[in-house]
This record gives sequence, structure tokens and C-alpha cells, in this order.
Amino acid sequence: MERFSGLSLLRHAMGGHQGWKPFWREPEPKPAYDAVIVGGGGHGMGAAYYLAKQHGMRNIAVLEKGWLGGGNTGRNTTIIRSNYLFPESAALYNHAVKLWETLSEELNYNTMFSQRGVLMLAHTVHDVQVFKRHVHANRAAGVDNEWLSAAECKAFCPPLNISANIRYPVMGGALQRRGGTARHDAVVWGYARAADSLGVDIIQNCAVTGIRRDASGAVEGVETERGFIRTRKVGVSAAGNTSVVMAMAGLRMPLESFPLQALVSEPVKPDFPCVVMSNTIHAYISQSDKGEMVIGAGTDAYTSYTQRGALHMTSHTLDAICELVPMYRRLRMLRNWGGIVDTTPDRSPIIAKTPVPGLYVNCGWGTGGFKATPGSAHLFAHTIAKDEPHPINAPFSLERFTTGRFIDEAAAAAVAH
Amino acid sequence: MPDSLTTTFGTTPAAAGPAREPFRTTAGGRIDRARPLAFRFDGKTYAGVQGDTLASALLANGVHLVGRSFKYHRPRGIMTAGSDEPNALVTVSRDAARTTPNLRATQVELYDGLAAISQNRFPSLAFDVGAINDRISSLLPAGFYYKTFMWPRGFWDRVYEPLIRSAAGLGRVPTAPDPDRYLQRHAHCDVLVIGAGPAGLAAALAAADAGARVILCDEQAEMGGSLLADRQSTIAGRPASAWVAEALAELAGHERVTLLPRTTAFGYYPHNHLGLVERATDHLAAPSTEVPRERLWQVRAREVVLAAGALERPLTFPENDRPGIMLADAAHTYVARYGVLPGRRAVVAAANDSGYRAALALAEEGVEIAAIADLRRAPSGAWLDAARKAGLPVQTGMTVTGTSGSLRVDGVSLASVEDGGEVGATRDVGCDLLLMAGGWTPSVHLFSQSLGKLRFDEALQAYVPGIAAQPIRAAGGADGEYGLEEALSGGQRAGVEAAAAAGVSGASPRVFVTVSPPADTSSVLGALPHPTASRGRDPSRVRAFVDFQNDSTAKDLKLAVREGFRSVEHAKRYTTTGMATDQGKTSNMPMLGVLSQAQGKTIPEVGFTTFRPPFTPTTFGIFAGAARGELFDPARRTPIHPWAAAHGAVFEDVGLWKRARYFPQRHRNGAAEDMDAAVARECLAVRQGVGIFDATTLGKIEVVGPDAAEFMNRMYINPWAKLGVGRCRYGVMLREDGFVLDDGVVGRIAPDRFHVTTTTGGAASVLNMMEDYLQTEWADLQVWLTSVTEQWAVIAVQGPRARDVLAPLVDGIDLSAGALPHMALAEGRICGVPTRLFRVSFTGELGFEVNVPAGYGRQVWEAIHESGQPYGITPYGTETMHVLRAEKGFIIVGQETDGTATPDDVGLGWAIGKAKPDFVGKRSLTRSGMMDPGRKQLAGLVSADGQTVLEEGAQLVGDARMNVPMSVLGHVTSSYYSAVLGHPIALAMLAGGRSRHGETLYVPMPRGLAGSIAPIAVKVVPPVFYDPEGTRLDV
Repeated sequence: MERFSGLSLLRHAMGGHQGWKPFWREPEPKPAYDAVIVGGGGHGMGAAYYLAKQHGMRNIAVLEKGWLGGGNTGRNTTIIRSNYLFPESAALYNHAVKLWETLSEELNYNTMFSQRGVLMLAHTVHDVQVFKRHVHANRAAGVDNEWLSAAECKAFCPPLNISANIRYPVMGGALQRRGGTARHDAVVWGYARAADSLGVDIIQNCAVTGIRRDASGAVEGVETERGFIRTRKVGVSAAGNTSVVMAMAGLRMPLESFPLQALVSEPVKPDFPCVVMSNTIHAYISQSDKGEMVIGAGTDAYTSYTQRGALHMTSHTLDAICELVPMYRRLRMLRNWGGIVDTTPDRSPIIAKTPVPGLYVNCGWGTGGFKATPGSAHLFAHTIAKDEPHPINAPFSLERFTTGRFIDEAAAAAVAH
Repeated sequence: MPDSLTTTFGTTPAAAGPAREPFRTTAGGRIDRARPLAFRFDGKTYAGVQGDTLASALLANGVHLVGRSFKYHRPRGIMTAGSDEPNALVTVSRDAARTTPNLRATQVELYDGLAAISQNRFPSLAFDVGAINDRISSLLPAGFYYKTFMWPRGFWDRVYEPLIRSAAGLGRVPTAPDPDRYLQRHAHCDVLVIGAGPAGLAAALAAADAGARVILCDEQAEMGGSLLADRQSTIAGRPASAWVAEALAELAGHERVTLLPRTTAFGYYPHNHLGLVERATDHLAAPSTEVPRERLWQVRAREVVLAAGALERPLTFPENDRPGIMLADAAHTYVARYGVLPGRRAVVAAANDSGYRAALALAEEGVEIAAIADLRRAPSGAWLDAARKAGLPVQTGMTVTGTSGSLRVDGVSLASVEDGGEVGATRDVGCDLLLMAGGWTPSVHLFSQSLGKLRFDEALQAYVPGIAAQPIRAAGGADGEYGLEEALSGGQRAGVEAAAAAGVSGASPRVFVTVSPPADTSSVLGALPHPTASRGRDPSRVRAFVDFQNDSTAKDLKLAVREGFRSVEHAKRYTTTGMATDQGKTSNMPMLGVLSQAQGKTIPEVGFTTFRPPFTPTTFGIFAGAARGELFDPARRTPIHPWAAAHGAVFEDVGLWKRARYFPQRHRNGAAEDMDAAVARECLAVRQGVGIFDATTLGKIEVVGPDAAEFMNRMYINPWAKLGVGRCRYGVMLREDGFVLDDGVVGRIAPDRFHVTTTTGGAASVLNMMEDYLQTEWADLQVWLTSVTEQWAVIAVQGPRARDVLAPLVDGIDLSAGALPHMALAEGRICGVPTRLFRVSFTGELGFEVNVPAGYGRQVWEAIHESGQPYGITPYGTETMHVLRAEKGFIIVGQETDGTATPDDVGLGWAIGKAKPDFVGKRSLTRSGMMDPGRKQLAGLVSADGQTVLEEGAQLVGDARMNVPMSVLGHVTSSYYSAVLGHPIALAMLAGGRSRHGETLYVPMPRGLAGSIAPIAVKVVPPVFYDPEGTRLDV
């Protein structure tokens, strides 16, 4: 793999950029692999990379039914943070943040991880209680998070309207300075390039159509659009379509898939310095390096596999944005799209072995999977390679839905008194 | 040049100021030369006329340099005459607040005093230091930023990214809140026709004739589309423009037709739900404040006719981006519709007869046509004949190999292409205008948004609508029918069919006899041939732009393919082609052409990218509409709210409700009590005398029917069968997963009637869950549910003197302990109005909750308040309510519980009806994780120093050394200063809390994490701090 740098760019500029090599090969699928990852998003591609890099499994493939990163990796609002409430979650997401901090060097690919801070706004007394609990819990867990007064919020993010003349005035906020954003496409491309150089076969336009099991019930391979591929280990990382893929092995997943929308404004000169999230009024906004305001909306109320959402969801998000930053009423929506998110009953992910020997699953990230990409991929690779979870993802099992040992991050949005 | 947007223009007399426009024709077009306007661009004043766009007015003044491109800051001019414009983006400003960035000059209607500035340049448009990027462009190919800026690591956040950010972006955000209004309307129709060109007009006429309810919208100020610039065609013997006027007049006369000019259909949603945006005031010099700036129309159409026309394609040749290079159709429009000459000496590069049409129109107005370079080897047809007849210099089999000029094109290099594809010697031709006619691309965006399948038409070399997924049909240019006659007949057919499909028919079809020049479907895709060995040119500096705004070039696309970005979506994302504010209208097909060449694939094999809403950028304000300030969310207020407000209450938001939080008193010096003082006073008043509290916001559900008790048994953990009429019980409800969802006191009014109360915030979700079960799981139960939250005002009277206060007011109710014990209820009258009087207490004191019909709430409240005066009755708010209940160890759902607490966790295991066969959540309670002895349990805390009020949410640890990560045992859920006890108290959820009474634990505070401040020591105690025996209740 050629090392990328300012110097390599300069060198290739001399040759009119004719000498750049493909980031990855386009191999034909082999008849058999030591492991197959289903899903070429950031999580799946990253898992393949760590399997090859850290666990020495080079004879592996990633099967992607469309194009790399075409699912939620390329559709999310790129927010990265780890200020989750429960210690299990904080450990998981903080594992990811630590990997984010060195990911560009690790992959020799600039993922543009930008720690510009994630500010979560409180609008009610109840919000204040909840977010202060987060701050305390995070600090005890070694995750940075701090409480800001409304005035401090304004100082950190000057465009915010903290006046009393809005329906739910800002009462303060919890700030995670190490949170921020990254360039979503770059993450999957960077992992793909690095994984390919370690020998991983990346096979696009190759949908999995079946999972074949032997007499003992263990995985023996996957049927695909391009033929049968023999393997004893299958890692499913298929986001919104996880239920569909797992059903091929006869497993019913505790997942529901919903459309989730996002949108960007036209690019404008830098104005919004950080990420701001408001769960109470449903507004999530940051400004990309290109200048677009990147805005997340809520999920539709009904399950669907259609990658688009309803107009009223967009409207509801933009009314909140216009309240928080009334100058932005005149900005214009440039693009609006949807993705399919797979949600679990406790709104925490599943990174686990399954009842089918040789079948592993990484799913249930709901509306927040991008932030965990490197951590999730790293832990999933560990789980596949060792056939047992890493201590960090051990609590994120499938069994928790039968034992009741939930990691209920929906608790952060508990019923108001 | 001024950057300031706040300069006002206003008072300059329009006619007196600026000089006349040197590039305006003397007659013709659809402008009103008798109404001169003055406007400003980058601080300089120019003249225009009514009917101009900003673009046409700038061109009339010879201004071609209008903007700078996104990445290389290259000088750019006006390329189109419509919403597909990628280059000419400006900021238009009335004042600091009413400033709109990134508007297309081609869509901005001129008004007197309009002030616009250019964008993305410093210090000026003509001299922009950002153009350094153009000098070093060989270092900045597609995706360069992924390959560099990685060393040293800390530099990304501090150096590289800030530099990139400041260079990126286009216009600036307004600096003051937008004062304009935006409204929303909902409309239904049989047929929505999008686009009012020939096809759209014919469709609307046909549908209207059939009797359909029709909405016809068009993004332009004037309806008519291509006919507005059509000087050759006649329809039914009349000039095209006259026919447009008649058609519009006829449509306006139909009472079932709504005409919406200046209205863009921007989004296509499920079930033929479309979003339209109507721009109501941006074209006015002095808009009325009565009129909203823009209006969102949410239209439900039975049928949609897409008649959005077709867009001309630019050509992909080196340096095709200089100011003065424009689409041929745009130049034709400027001449024919706006009476503007976009140059004096033109070269036309044509792959389609549109180039001839433009050349002839320009020549007619005296523009010198220096060359028509036809890319086709052997073109033929009426247009070519006309051009030859007019003596225009036509050369066939040509290509463009480059252009020259700095801030405006001043020359073109042309070369012939031999049979074998070799490019011959180049010839430089001087010009100030270069036209591109690359063929047509149907506007299929909305068809694609509707999830319809597109089909690649080999003959047209374009995607056209294929199989529809929703009731939509296309006509005219949008359907790949470029000729006038086809557009009219196709539109007519679509209108008839749409009306019929909507259940309306009966029109007799019209026949449009047209005389029109023939339409041409020829086109070219991909980079034009250019010399393999470039003479004297640095090949790395030759760039043929595909996405003009984002500066992505054919070379970038080839690089993407070389680096493995073979999927069209990858190539698009890697090079950002098609992702600019024009959403790829001019770049999409050229991109596919270049990718097809680079990969040796056909266009359909290359595939295409998804069309996403909106069609053109759409103002945030319309989505918010009137939902701002107080109207953002409805505010719910109780009947007692005005009294509380008049008595100085401070309110808090709880769900949608406004609740009085505390009632600060004024000191004699005029200062108000702070919250702590007010709450301490209110608490003591309740403990020692009597307090009055507005509990109206509690959710209330009437559960009625023969099976009401059975229903309650299934919904709640408690047993209800044996609850006597006139008695109350504290009920707890779980989710299916076994965690506490809600709680509240339930009274049995009759054997078949329960008065259920819920938390304030939980009322809707409890009713939803009840209805869900009733309708889907237990349809056999005879039970009816009614939300009565707003029917009853609830006045809590709490304290040792509560009975004394109420006794004189009630009628027919015996308040004595014997007749009305704790957890009993009685119906009767109070102050002469009917009441359900509950003897319940959330304070631990003797207490009553007086339910009266909401309309009487204020009157009864005031009567009780009056009756309580001898006892010092004190109004108290939610904060005092919280303290009083915490002193008693009563939980608040959502504060002690957070969706992870079982009844046993919060000390409510006693409430479970052990003998019941089932209730919602019962099965979940038996899971191993739910019975773990290490679960967090409700406990009390007192700080060891007897003074420190803990922070709610603070964590509990066993180890005073606090090494991060700490092993956390639990957290503080509620914490207050207890005035009656004289020390702070707290409730906590603590691992194994019930077995830790007496232990000392520690609360680390954030600043203490570094070890500088000692943690707060606390002692674990039982969660009931005050009157644990409950003696104060039973009096």
C-alpha cells in the first residue's frame, strides 16, 4: 500500500496524477474463506481490517450487496461522542473515541476526525437532572463531559438562541469536548484500502441470499448472487437489513427497522462551530468542513425498509433548528435523504455470538452507529476471531433480552414527571 | 467593494441614476422597457427594467463576472437562464436580517433597489486571493484531502481544518434573526401539473376541461416555459406567446383550477404527497408585512403530470468554465425573452440544433457569429440550412480544445476531428461569448423521487421516466418529447388520462395545430475529443469542468475510476460531482458520459445516482412555518394558571404543561425570595399549617365498563377486584419489559368505573398503551377509556389544617377520619359545584385532592384559598411538592425511576398482586437479571457534615480515593434541603441499597476528580426521613 502524504501528492502531481493505484482490488470471490463479513459499511469493513491486522486472518472476504459505504455509513450525520449514561455504554463508545483519535494515522487515510465538541442542550428541569447525571456518570467513568450554563453554551456556540422568548428556553448543556464529527465516506474507504492491502477480498455487488448450515447447525457457508462461498465464520454487519440476513439462518432478531432522515443546507461560510444536540426539541446540527449545515431528524413512527422518510419529520426538525438559530430560517435545504436504522428494545447495540455456531452479529445501533465504527469493528473482529466477546462487548449480548440485563440508554429520555 | 450588506439603497430615483444598458436590444422580449429599475451589484449601481432577472440585467450591463467557484475560486459567469445555474450565485440583502445567501442570479427577479453581492471571494470579485487554489490546482485533485493533512496529528484540528473551513462555504449566514413570516397550506386536487410550458399548459387545460380540480405550478414568475422565448412557432395560428396568454386566461377562468407561479414542486413523498414552495415576496421592492415571504403547499394529488421540461447539457472540453461561456438555449432566452445580448462576437459549439437557433437569434440582433463549430460529422436539417442561408460560418466535425481569457472568455481553440478520431490542428477564434449546445436532459428528478424507475433511451442518450411507482405521468421535455407539437399532444394526453384516472372524464380532446421548427434529439456525452499530445500546454493544467460549482473535472472523474471508485455513487462522492447547490442539474449526465468513457462501459452499465429532494434548495423557514416561539409547541395551562401568575409564581415546563414551580414572596425591600427560601417557607407551611397546590396537570383516565376491574388487573401490578367503591389505591404500571412506566392513585367510583390518575408527563403514553392492549390484545373486554385530564381541575389541600379549610365548603361529604379515611373518596359538592373529593396525600400530611369540573377550578381554588386564610394557607409549587414527598420517601416516576427500575427496586414490591395470573410486565419480572440481588435499590442519603446538599445525578462510590474509572454503586436521584428536618436529604438508587443502611459512601464532584477537592461523605439511611410511622396521615 502506497503511503499517502503531502509528499506523495506532490510526487504524483508531477505525473499528472496518472500513477495512482486503485485503493482496493476487485477480486472474484474465492470458493472458500476463513471468515466472511456480510455488509461493507464502516462496521463490516472495519471488522475485516482488524481481523486481518490484529488477528492474522488474511483469507477473508467482505460481501457487499451494493457499493461500499452505501448504507448508513454514507447516510448519517457523522456525530461522534461517548457521553453515554451507563458504564457499559460509556466503555464501548469511549473505546471507539480512542480509536478515532488515531484512526487517520492507523489507516494512513485522513478521516477528518474533528473534535469540535458535542453540546447536548437541556430545556427543562428534568433535562437538567438527566444531563447532570450523565456528566457525573461520565466523569466517574473517565469520559469527558462537563456542565455548561446557558450563557456558557452561548459562549461555546455563539449562534445559539438562549433567550427566554422561545417555547423551551435553553437551561444549560452537557459538553463533551472530545466529541465531534468525521468524514463518513473516508472511514469506510480508509478501512477498505487498508484491509485490501492486508489481503482482504472486498466483493461489491454481491448480495448474500442464504446462509448454509451443516448437520450440527453450524455455519458452513453463504449463498450469494455470485455463487456459494464456503466458510465456517460469518459476521453479519448489515445494519437496517440485519433481520433479513439473520432470518436466512433461521434467527429472529429483537430488532425493528425504521427510516431515519437527515438533511444538509447549502454550504455557507463557517458559522456553527460545534455539534449541538437537543433531544427535547429534536434538533441535531453541525456544520461540515464543506460548509453545509448537517441536520438530523427523527425516525418515522412506522417500520419500513424504504430509504426515505415523511415530510413532517423533516419539518419537525427544521422548526426546532429555526428556534435554536433563528438566523438559519433563510438558509435552504439542499439535500434530504433517509436511511434504515435497526433498533433494539433497549436502544443499545448487539455485538455478539449467536445460537448458530460460527454466526456472529453486530447490529442494533439504531440512530447512533457511526460514532462507534472503529470500536464496534474492533470488538466484532475480536469476537469473531476468538469465538468469544471482548470484555467491553460482553454485556452487549443477544441473551440480555431474555435475562433482562438491559443497557437501557433510552433511560436518558425517561418519562417526565 | 463593500462587503457590507446593510447599506440600504432605497431612495435613489431609479430613472435618474445609472447609465443605460449597453447590451439591451431596442425592442422585443417580455420585459417592460418603460419601467426602468436600478439595482446594485457589489456596491455599484446599474440599470435594469421590469421583467429582468438579476442575471439578465447584469448581462444587459455587460457584467459577466458574477461569482467564484467553490474550490479553485475560478472566475465564473452566467451559464444558464434558470434554476439549473451552477455558477452565478449571489447574496441578496434587504438588511442584516433579510439576507439570503446562495441565490441564483438567474432566478432572482429584479426590483427597484435590489442589492446583491458576489460570494466566496476576498478581497474582491475581480481580485480574489483564494484563486491561489487555482494556481496550485495540480496539488488539489479529487480527494486530495484524504491523502494529506495527517501530520502532525494535532495540526488537523488547529491548522488544517480551520484553513479548509474558511476556504469552503459560499455565502454568509445572515447576522440577525429572520423577521419574515412563513406559512403552510394543505391542498387536495385531482391533478397536479408541474411545469407550465407547452406540455403543462396542455395537460392543465385537458384536465380542467374534464372537470378535474387542477393545480398548475411553475417555478418561474411567468408561466409559459419555453414558449416565452419562442419567436418562431405558432399554435392554432397565433404566435406562441399569444397562445400562452389565452391558455392562462382560460385556466384562470376555471373555478376548479389553481395557478401557482413562482412555485417549485420540490419534493415527492409517499401517497402522492408533494411539497411545493411558493415565493410570495422576494420579487417585490417593498413587501407587505401582511404577506408571508414564502408558503409551503402540501399537496395531496390523485394524479401528477410532470411537465418540468428538459435542461440543456453543457459540453465537456478544456476550460469550459470562463465567464462568457453559456448554454446556447440560455443565450437564446436572454435575447428573445429579456432583450439582452450576452456578447458581441460569439462562437457556438453545437452537438444539437439548439446552437443554430441561438446563433440565428443572436445574429438577427447584430451579434457577430465568429464560428459555429458543429461537433457532428454530418448534421443536416432545417436549422443548419437556415444558418447557412443566413451566411453563418458553419464547420462540421469540430471539437473545442480550449479557451482563453481571464475574467471573461476572449478566445476559443477549435479543431477538426478526423474520421479516425484524431484531432487536427487547432485554430484560435476570438470571441466574447461561447455557446454550448450539448443536447437535452429530461427533468426527471421528481419522477425519480417518487421512486419511479428511469429508463435509458438510447436514441435520446438520456434517462426518461419508465415504470411509475405512484400515480404520476410525464409529458413534453420531461418525457423526452422535445418538439412543440409532441409536447402539446403529450401534455393533452397526460391531462386527459390523469383526469380519467382521478375519476373525472368527459373532455373532448383538443387538436393543436402548430407550426414550429423541428426538434432535435441529438446530443453528446463525455469529454470532447482533444489532442493526445498537447502543444505547449501543461497537460496537468488542462481541465474540463463537469461540475462547475464544485470544480470537479473530467480528470477528477478519471482519477476516481483509476483509484477504484467505479460505482457511480463512489465517483460522485469522491469527486463531489453533482453535490453542489444545483444538485447536478448540469453535471449529472456529463459525469455519466465521462465515467462511461473512462470505464469503457455503456451509460446504463455505469448506472446513475439517486435523485433526492428538494428539486432546488428550499428555505428552512417554510418547514417551520408558524411553529415558532409560543406556537412551537402548544402550551397547556390549567384553569388556575392565571391566579398563579398573578401571585408571582415561577413556572416550569413539564411536557406541554406550564406548572407553577414556586411562589416567591416579595421582601419589604422589593427583592423576591430565591427558590430555596420560597421552598423552605412553603414546605414548613404545609407541615405546620396547610398548603394549596394545583395538581390539575395530573393525567386522568376514566376506565369504565363491566370488565373495568379485570382490565385494571391486567394493566397494573396491583390487585383491583377487592377495592371497594369509594376507596383508592396507589397503582403502578409496568412496560412489557417489567420496568416501571407510570404510577398514580386510582379511585373506584362505582363497580364498573375507575378514576385513574397518571403522572403529568405520562398521561398520553399510558392512554396509548391502554388503548393498544384493549384494541389489539383484549378486544373481548367490555371497557371504554376516556381521557378526562382536561375535564377536572385538581386542587390539593395538604397539611394538618386541611380538614378545617375544606369543611365549611363541602356539602354532602363527611370529612371526618371515620367517614373519609386516608385513601378514600367521596362524591358530593364543594362551593356548590360537583366534586370528586379524594383523601390522598403526596406529602405525608392530612390531605385532600379536590376534583371539580375544570370550568369551576379557579372559583373553587379561590374559595379554598379564602377559607384557608385563618390558617395561613400557603400556595406551593412543584418544587415544594418534590421536597415533601422526598421527605416521605415517595418516588417520582422519571426521577427515581429511569426506565430501568422494577417495582422491587424502588420499594414497591408490596404493591404487586401476587395472586393475579398475569399483568403487563409480569413475565419479565421473573427473568434472572431482574431478580439479581445486586440491583440498584431505593435508599436514603444524608451528607456526613449535615450541611451539604448533594447534586442530583451525582454518583456514589465506596472508595474515597476515587481512581478513574471508578466503580460506581449508584446515583443521587433527588436531593433537597429539608426545612422541617433542618438538614439536607437525598434519595438514591444504590446497588443493594436496602442492605447498606448505615454505610458511609462518597460522592465525587467533577472538580474533585483531579483529587484537589475531597469527595462528599454520605451515610446511607432508609428512604423515609419524616414520620416513618405515618402517624400524621391518619388524623
